[in-house]
Amino acid sequence: MNDANRAAIAMQALILDLGGEIFAIDAAQVREILDEVPITQVPNARPFVDGLINVRGRVVPLADLRVAFGMTRTATDEDSRIVVIEIELGGESSIVAIYADRVYDVTDIETASIEEAPKVGMRWRSEYVRGISRRGESFVIIPNLERIFVEEGDLEPVPQKAEA
Amino acid sequence: MTHDPADTFRQEARDLLESLEQALLDLEQTPSDRELVDSAFRSLHTLKGSGAMFGFDEVADFVHEFETAFDRVRKGESAVTPALIAVALAAGDHVGRLIEEPGRYAAQGEPILAALQDIVGDQGSVKSTSVPAPSDDTRRARSWRIRFRLPDDALALGTNPLLLLDELRELGECDIEALTDDVPPLEEIDPRVCYLAWKVSLTTEAPREAIEDVFLFLSDGMTLEIEALEPGTSETVTADQASRVLPQDLDTDRDKSQAAGESPGKSAQPPQHREAKERQGSSSLRVPAERLDELMDRVGELVIAQARLSQMTGASDDLELKTVAEEIERLSSGLRDITMGIRMVPIGTLFGRFRRLVHDLSHELGKEVEFVASGEETELDKTVVEQLADPLVHLIRNAVDHGLEDPERRELAGKPRRGKVRLAAVHAGAEVAISIRDDGAGLDAERIRAKAESAGLISPEATLSDNELYQYIFHPGFSTASEVTSVSGRGVGMDAVKRTIEALRGSIELTSEPGSGTTVTLHLPLTLAIIDGMLVRVGEGRYSLPLLAVEECVELPESEVAEAQGRNFLNIRGSLVPFLRLRELFGASGEPDPHQKVIIVSSGEFRVGLVVDQIIGNNQTVIKPLSKLHANLGTFSGATILGDGSVALILDVAHLVNFGRGFEERLRDERMRREA
Repeated sequence: MNDANRAAIAMQALILDLGGEIFAIDAAQVREILDEVPITQVPNARPFVDGLINVRGRVVPLADLRVAFGMTRTATDEDSRIVVIEIELGGESSIVAIYADRVYDVTDIETASIEEAPKVGMRWRSEYVRGISRRGESFVIIPNLERIFVEEGDLEPVPQKAEA
Repeated sequence: MTHDPADTFRQEARDLLESLEQALLDLEQTPSDRELVDSAFRSLHTLKGSGAMFGFDEVADFVHEFETAFDRVRKGESAVTPALIAVALAAGDHVGRLIEEPGRYAAQGEPILAALQDIVGDQGSVKSTSVPAPSDDTRRARSWRIRFRLPDDALALGTNPLLLLDELRELGECDIEALTDDVPPLEEIDPRVCYLAWKVSLTTEAPREAIEDVFLFLSDGMTLEIEALEPGTSETVTADQASRVLPQDLDTDRDKSQAAGESPGKSAQPPQHREAKERQGSSSLRVPAERLDELMDRVGELVIAQARLSQMTGASDDLELKTVAEEIERLSSGLRDITMGIRMVPIGTLFGRFRRLVHDLSHELGKEVEFVASGEETELDKTVVEQLADPLVHLIRNAVDHGLEDPERRELAGKPRRGKVRLAAVHAGAEVAISIRDDGAGLDAERIRAKAESAGLISPEATLSDNELYQYIFHPGFSTASEVTSVSGRGVGMDAVKRTIEALRGSIELTSEPGSGTTVTLHLPLTLAIIDGMLVRVGEGRYSLPLLAVEECVELPESEVAEAQGRNFLNIRGSLVPFLRLRELFGASGEPDPHQKVIIVSSGEFRVGLVVDQIIGNNQTVIKPLSKLHANLGTFSGATILGDGSVALILDVAHLVNFGRGFEERLRDERMRREA
C-alpha cells in the first residue's frame, strides 16, 4: 500500500467490537444500526453469510466478519447489534448487514494515525485489512470489506478500479 | 407531465404495423379471407391519417401509395399472392423505418412501391384514387342518403368534417346539404363545438362498407344513418358508432334491420364482428411499465403489513378490530390479484413476431417451413414475457436453421418436403411450459461429443448418455453447425438462452430423437412477484413453497421414520415417489416432531415428497430475490417476509424435484444392474 492510498482512507468511522477486537467501518457506508432482530438461518450457505434479516421490508444477507477473521462465534447478548451497510458487490451497489458484538461511536480517524497492516505477525489475511489505527491503548482494524465479501462470498472479482 | 405527441404516434404506429403484419401473414395462409384484407387496409388507413396529423409526411405519402395499391386487392381487382405478401411486408418494414428515422430512408421507398405496383398490375398511375373503375359489371351504381352528425368534441379532437365530405365525394357523385337547425344564437356559440349536421345524397358503385369506412375513424358518439334509396333493397341501419363498440351490438343491429323489414341474414355484415373486436381495444389505457412495477412493490408491502396486522389481531380479543383486520385482508388480497392480473399478458403478443421470423428464414434459407403456434392465450408476467423474446427467437432460428433439413434431404429421409416447427405454451401447475419442437434430423450426439472432446470439456474415455451429451450445447461457445450461416451457428446463444431462463427462475429441458426432431422446453414460473405459498417448519426454520406445486400432503408412515438411510421412496397409491428429508438436507438441529409430514410437490411430470416437521398453513408469499451472496444455493428460489417480520426462505420446487429425480434414476440403475 503506498502513501497516496493511505491518505485516501482518512475517514469518519463507526467503531465496533467484534470478538474482542476493535474494528472501524467507514461511516459513509453505514445505513443504519439495528438492535436484535430475528435472524433466519440459511441452510447450506457459507458460514460467512448464513443469515438473512428483514430490513424495512427488504431481505438482506447477514454476514459475520468473525468468520473471515477466524474468530469464534459467541452467542448474542444485549449489546449485540446489526450494522446495515451499503457495499459494491459484483459491480452492483448492494445492501448487506454485518454482525457486531457491540457498537461504540463514530470517530474521526486521521490519516497520519493509520498504519499499513503488517505482512507478518498478523493472524489474519493481510489483504482483508486495509490499515490499522490506534484508539487509546488498543488497535483499530480497518477491514477491506469489498475484498472480504468477494473472497468469502465467492463472488466474481470485479476488475479493480484505478485506485485514487 | 411532458409528453411528446410524436411518441404517441410512434407507439400507435408500431401497434398498427404489427397488426398489419399479422394480417398479411394470415393472408398468406388464407388468401381469400376478405376480413383480413379489410383489416390490413384499415391499419394502413389509420397509419396514413395519424401520420399526417403528427407531421410524418413521408410516412403519410408512402402509406398513401401503399394503401392505393392495396385498395385494388381489397376491391378484388388483384389477387393475393405470396409475391404480393412479400412486397407488402417489405413495405411495412419501410414504414417502420420511416417512422423511427425520418429523412434517412425516403429514397428506398420507390423500388418497393414500383414492385407493389407491378404486382397489383396497375398499368396507370397508382395515384389515381378517385372513382374506382367499373371493372366489375355485377356492381351497379346505387343511390344512398347519408345523414351524419359529429360528436360535440369532434373538432377539438382534430376531425375535419370537410375531409370527410371530400372522401364521400371521392366515392361518387355527391349532393351535400348542411343542416343548420342546431346552430345556437351567435352569443351562445362555442367555436370548438361542431353544431352542423350533414345530409348527403350519394350515387356510387361502392358498397355500403365503403361509405361506413369513411366514418370509421371517428370517435364514439356520432350519429350516422345510411339509407339505400333504391326500391327492393331498401334498408335502414342506424348505426350509433358508440354502440358498435360492444360485441352484443351484432344483435342490436339485426334487431334494427328486422324492424326495417329486412331479413336478419342480409344485414349481418361479417367485417363488423372483427371491427367490434378491434375497437374494444381502444378502451384500453397505456401506462408506463415502471408505474406498474411500482404499484406491484407497494402491493407487496401492503400484503406484508396486512399479514402482520392479521397476526396481531389474531391474538387480540377485540372483535371490532378483528372485523376491520379481516376486511383489510380481503381487500388486500383482492388488490393483489388485480395487480397481478394487470401484469399478466398473453404470450401470444410475442408469437406474432416469430411468424415473421419463420417467414423470412424460410425464404433466406430456401427451406419450406410450416410454423404452428398454440397456446397464445397463456398468460405470463409481463417481465417474463419481455425477457423471453430473445431466447425464443434464438431457439426458433436454431430449429429452422439447424433442426430442419433441406427439402431434398427430407425427401430422401421419407419425410414431407415441408418442415414443421411447433411453438406451444401451456399452463402446468405453478409454471408455464413453452416448447419449441421441430421435425428435423435431431441432434447429432456423435458430433456434439467430438466437439466437446476437442474443446476439452469431456475426456475421450467418459461414458455419457446421449441425453447428457445434448446438454453440452448449452456450454458457452459451443456450436455444432459445421457451416456458419448468416443466421446462426456462431456459437453464441444457447448459453445465453440458458442464462436468461435461469435468471427468470426457470429451467430448460432438451430432448432429441435422431431422425425425428428436437424439442426444447422452457419451464417458467407464472409470476415473479407474489405467489400463494404453503408455510412449513423444518427444525426451527420456516420455509414457504408455492401452493400451486403442491399435490397432496400425507403423514410419513411409521415404517419410514426409523429408517433414516436407505431407500427413500413412498408408495403413493401404487406409484413410487422419492422423498427428501428436509431435516437432513438442511442439517436441522433439535428433535424431529413425532409425526412427520410429507408434502408431495410436482414440477413437470415429476413428483417428489418433502418431509417436514410441521405444516403451518397458507400464506401470501411476496417473493424477494436472494442476494448474490446466496446465488449458489439452488434449493431456494428467493425469500419472503412473514407476518411477524421475520424472513422465510422459499423452496425451489423444480430444483428439489430434480434432486429427487437423481434418486430415482440411481435406483433404476441399481435395479438394472441387479437384474443383469
